[in-house]
Amino acid sequence: MSKPEVEIVVEDPDPPASDSPAVTSTRTVDVVASLLLLALAMLLGFDNWRTGMSWDSTGPQAGYFPFYLSVVLAAACFFGIGKEFLARKQASETFVTRAQLRRVTQVFVPTLLFCVVTQWLGLYVASFLLVAGFMAFIGRIAAWKSVLTAFVFSLVMFVTFEIAFDVIMPKGPLEALLGH
Amino acid sequence: MEAFGLLIYGFSVLLTWKTLALMMVGLVLGIFVGVLPGLGGPNGVAILLPLTFTMDPTSAIVMLSCIYWGALFGGAITSILFNIPGEAWSVATTFDGYPMAQQGKAAEALTAAFTSSFIGSLVAVLLITFLAPGIASFALRFGPPEFFAVYLLTFCSFVGLGREEKHKTIISMTLGLLLAGVGMDTVSGQLRMTFGSNELLRGINFLVAVIGLFGISEILLTMEERLALRGHAASISLRVVLKVWKELPRYWATLLRSSAIGCWLGITPGGAIAASFMSYNLAKRFSKDKDSFGKGRIEGVFAPETAAHASGTSALLPMLALGIPGSGTAAILLGGLMVWGLNPGPLLFVEHKGFVWGLIASMYLGNVVGLILVLTTVPIFAAVLRVPFSAIAPMIVVSCAIGAYAIQNAMFDIWLMLVFGVVGYAFKKIGIPLAPFTLALVLGNRAEDAFRLSMIGAGGDLRVFWSNGLVGSITTLALVLLFWPLISGAMARMRSAIRRDAKPGIK
Repeated sequence: MSKPEVEIVVEDPDPPASDSPAVTSTRTVDVVASLLLLALAMLLGFDNWRTGMSWDSTGPQAGYFPFYLSVVLAAACFFGIGKEFLARKQASETFVTRAQLRRVTQVFVPTLLFCVVTQWLGLYVASFLLVAGFMAFIGRIAAWKSVLTAFVFSLVMFVTFEIAFDVIMPKGPLEALLGH
Repeated sequence: MEAFGLLIYGFSVLLTWKTLALMMVGLVLGIFVGVLPGLGGPNGVAILLPLTFTMDPTSAIVMLSCIYWGALFGGAITSILFNIPGEAWSVATTFDGYPMAQQGKAAEALTAAFTSSFIGSLVAVLLITFLAPGIASFALRFGPPEFFAVYLLTFCSFVGLGREEKHKTIISMTLGLLLAGVGMDTVSGQLRMTFGSNELLRGINFLVAVIGLFGISEILLTMEERLALRGHAASISLRVVLKVWKELPRYWATLLRSSAIGCWLGITPGGAIAASFMSYNLAKRFSKDKDSFGKGRIEGVFAPETAAHASGTSALLPMLALGIPGSGTAAILLGGLMVWGLNPGPLLFVEHKGFVWGLIASMYLGNVVGLILVLTTVPIFAAVLRVPFSAIAPMIVVSCAIGAYAIQNAMFDIWLMLVFGVVGYAFKKIGIPLAPFTLALVLGNRAEDAFRLSMIGAGGDLRVFWSNGLVGSITTLALVLLFWPLISGAMARMRSAIRRDAKPGIK
């Protein structure tokens, strides 16, 4: 029997603390989400009522189905809110702890910035910045490794999509400079 | 045997160097996707879909389905070596797979997992080969009312049979159907729910939503956890493979039972996850030595892997024959069919023989090649996990953005993807299932068109859904499934009432 000779170990440089205080409970988020969906249901319901939600000689009008779907959606949301309201005395699970929220923000904010930058500088430059920045600042990986990885990755993506598969991505001034 | 001849034809379509190369690329990418945390079968397929936009449909579907087989194989690697299920359907594999690895039997466990995956999908492919053409030719007689009834059946069975809270399934499904309706109404040409926005005029693209819901949200969820991992490295030698294969016939009952469970749950919207747990539990119940489960019993690896693969593969049967996906990944493949300009449904078997049989043939070949590939390259793929998540996460984000943009060349879609990422994150944490949403979004328009065409045909008379035996029984079955929780609850109450009458004095 061969013993497992090599072990693969990967450490997390910055793990979320397990005793971090809760930011909010699952119930709160559930109710907020239901309220938002309820608002959406009302908005869509109104729009479809305006489009026409009745039944004419050939069957339902364009707004008929979406109107009643909005009604069902609203009813399901009401049901969910009511259920959570009745259970409010019982403890609810933690939705997210402060440490977890910080980690989620660490990915979400760079992703948001990536989308903004994509709009101005094109996808490939944004991709380079995202990968390099994320590896260096959040992953705490050596700067040269981060920059090199990001460069190779962006180049491979460019060659794969733009040249090999003819899939056109948003491009910015840098690509224009290089004649693409 | 007509199916046999067509299958040979399928292989002849498949056996070109280009298709075979794409198959290998698909398998390798798929195993990567399966191994990496924060990426799974559905999002892997969704992200890589843009690669296929300029290919012909047959090469495209062969590559995409190979990504799917690869992901199914890859999920087992992390479950066994690291005790981290790469996919939800490999959770049950960790129960016995990881203990085996700890005892130094990682190679045996991996061989068992791969082999049983192969057997599971082989059974499912055989089922597809011989059943799908029949179902499709039967469905050729379907008119709009029948199709609507089948869509209704799919939606209702999700609500009635799903294990999530009912109102959450309904929220998810109605939201999906509503968003599917955004844009131009195909029957009347009127605009709906666009609020004067040009961007919304195109409608909300299904694939953009999927990439956000599964890709971006998964990254957010993965980051929440501690990302450290510790596991075993393993390589598989031919001796071990032969040893495990020699033991295989002893477990024929488990393998057969698990394949059957997998096929059944794959065709109905139960899915690979339910199938793997169910078949693990049944294998345990039927075993003479129940206590050894969970401590590294090879049967505990055979059962869930066979079922997961059988289910993942057979989910393609309703997609091919009826145009109704049996799983999230099948729904994305269906989305792909539409992008390539094919109309999913029973006509595929008539109009695009090369496509259908090429796909079916690629299921056979893909699984054989996949099995050999994973058996020989496990150490390489296990080493992929050494790459820190902080390098992988941004790359996945970029791939998601490329995928979302490429579908309609719209920057708006990248923003939409981000919104769906946040929605998916919140929904997963508050327990709103995403599968009904995905299904509703991809089928919504087709279901509505079918309904309205039947109404036009019948002059607005709802009785058309009970106009003949076939459509009537499907519609009735759909309604029964929708109210199944109420019906089964009422039956249980009646039964206990009868029992109370029989035994007076006991409450």
